[in-house]
Amino acid sequence: MLTYIAKRLLHTLPVAFGVSIVCFLLVHIAPGDPLTSVLPPDASAQLQAEMRKIYGFDRPLPVQYGLWVLKTLQGDLGVSIATGRPVASELSRALGNTLMLAVLATLIGFILGSMFGFVAGYFRGSWLDKLASFVSIIGVSVPHYWLGMVLVIIFSVQLNWLPATGAGPGGSADWVWDWVHIKHLILPAVTMSVIPMGIVARTVRALVADILSQEFIVGQRAKGLLDLGVFRHVVKNAAPTALAVMGLQLGYLLGGSILIETVFSWPGTGFLLGQAIFQRDLPLLQGTILVLAMFFVALNLIVDVVQTMLDPRVQRS
Amino acid sequence: MSVPLVELDNLTVRFHGERTVHAVNGVSFTLKAGETLGILGESGSGKSVTLKTLLRLLPENRTEIGGGVRVDGADILKLEGRALADHRGGTASMIFQDPMLALDPVYTIGEQIAEAVIRHEGVSSAEGMARALDMLTRVRIPSPERRLKAYPHEMSGGMRQRAMIALALACRPKLLLADEPTTALDATVQIQILLLLRDLQREFGMGMIFVTHDIGVAVEVSDRVAVMYAGEIVETGSVRDLIRDPRHPYTKGLLAANLHGAVKGARLHAIPGAPPALAEAPKACSFAPRCPVKVSGCDINRPPSVALGEARQVRCVLAAPAPGA
Repeated sequence: MLTYIAKRLLHTLPVAFGVSIVCFLLVHIAPGDPLTSVLPPDASAQLQAEMRKIYGFDRPLPVQYGLWVLKTLQGDLGVSIATGRPVASELSRALGNTLMLAVLATLIGFILGSMFGFVAGYFRGSWLDKLASFVSIIGVSVPHYWLGMVLVIIFSVQLNWLPATGAGPGGSADWVWDWVHIKHLILPAVTMSVIPMGIVARTVRALVADILSQEFIVGQRAKGLLDLGVFRHVVKNAAPTALAVMGLQLGYLLGGSILIETVFSWPGTGFLLGQAIFQRDLPLLQGTILVLAMFFVALNLIVDVVQTMLDPRVQRS
Repeated sequence: MSVPLVELDNLTVRFHGERTVHAVNGVSFTLKAGETLGILGESGSGKSVTLKTLLRLLPENRTEIGGGVRVDGADILKLEGRALADHRGGTASMIFQDPMLALDPVYTIGEQIAEAVIRHEGVSSAEGMARALDMLTRVRIPSPERRLKAYPHEMSGGMRQRAMIALALACRPKLLLADEPTTALDATVQIQILLLLRDLQREFGMGMIFVTHDIGVAVEVSDRVAVMYAGEIVETGSVRDLIRDPRHPYTKGLLAANLHGAVKGARLHAIPGAPPALAEAPKACSFAPRCPVKVSGCDINRPPSVALGEARQVRCVLAAPAPGA
């Protein structure tokens, strides 16, 4: 098992290298000069050249890349052009907020999704199945920023139960685990959970239906197992795939929550990314994309390892 | 004489779906404790369905079962819930054709055997594992301690079938149902498994019903053989009687259609035609359309089951003793 993990870790190195190149180049390929946002429109050519030099944008791309990687490895992601603060500290605060939101949303989505999936798979063809499938299709297809706004209208504007935006009273205050802060988390988390819920539900339904049609289920009944005992076998057979789907969903949510974080003004990485794009804040953009991509790589690694631990057949192949 | 271990009385099984299939049409037999009955028949003759009825393993919602099924004094068709689960694997258990499909791929062999023992005898998991080890030793699996922790895909076909047998016998059932247990195996492994089953059956004193389409296999393990065709038993008798003196034209055809004594280059004997589709219950003799010795009346009336002495019955008008004889 340990050698497997070590091997898998080695495999991620080239992936990480590729990801870093893509991150770096993407930002440079994108049109627009990073300095336009910090310099006045009528800045002299000399001032522009000076600033370019200060930020290192005058050097050849490979050199810029090399320097960037070197610094990144030391934990220095540069300084944000827009705010002048270190990217690393901006990012770590935002990352904490996003992680909290994404993990909670994935958990809600996974629990509800697998519940719907199991019910639908067990009672395939019945009205319960149709209801669960209906809910999961809505979860997959409804635009979640729209859903977010609808929830805000209902629960914040009409009922006035939950705050509409921000991660705490007074905007971007530091997070504390108390009811006032948790209230801010509920609406964005619920909105976000709809996506993994739909996908997990559909996956689990297909898995359960497939497992139940296999002969070893008859074999378990022939052994005299009661329904609960058979259910244990279904769960353990469905778990590796369901968990893999959940892990990948968490990865998507970490990176793909720009819309939801913007709707709720949630000070996370998506929000930060949006800002960085609009302000052409290259160091911040690069740093954020890189860290999110690395999260995805790491999650893939974890999913693979967990799957190998749960399913004895994976390791051999 | 004591109550028989298995008593099937005019069993009928119908599957409802897009079209109705009359899979079993009036099967009756009895099995004494410790006796082995071989059920011989081709695909679709209803032999596996008959066997699965004894554990009520057929899909409940689209299966209609009629007649009487008693195992060890209990009315199997009336069992529900926990009582049914106690019967399955406790009183009677089953060996499946393909153990690769019948064992759960993500649990070890030891866990799967222990699970059955824990379920039926309420022992601790350590005791369950100890029983699993004991059973693996009894089915003569090499290095049983290691196999205890093996997953089904890590074992060979023969070893998996041994593990399946260990699982089936773990709770000391009175009745063992074997559904073509050697069909998926290599010929050399087949004979080992057959010998093992025969030994274990004697050792545990179980009754055994052995379903197969292979005459040689049926002869090897059985005390008595029942030949099934189109959901009916067409002939029953001791192995010796059946082989030496088959009375039903279908049995005769089956025995003629083997390779022993076949002349090289000559055509092999075969029964012409194909079995009926069983879309409706038989009204006449099911074998009549293929029968070489058909007489008038075979197409009209269902032939009665004629008793030709103790434990020997034939469902054919020609087998009946001449009136007045």
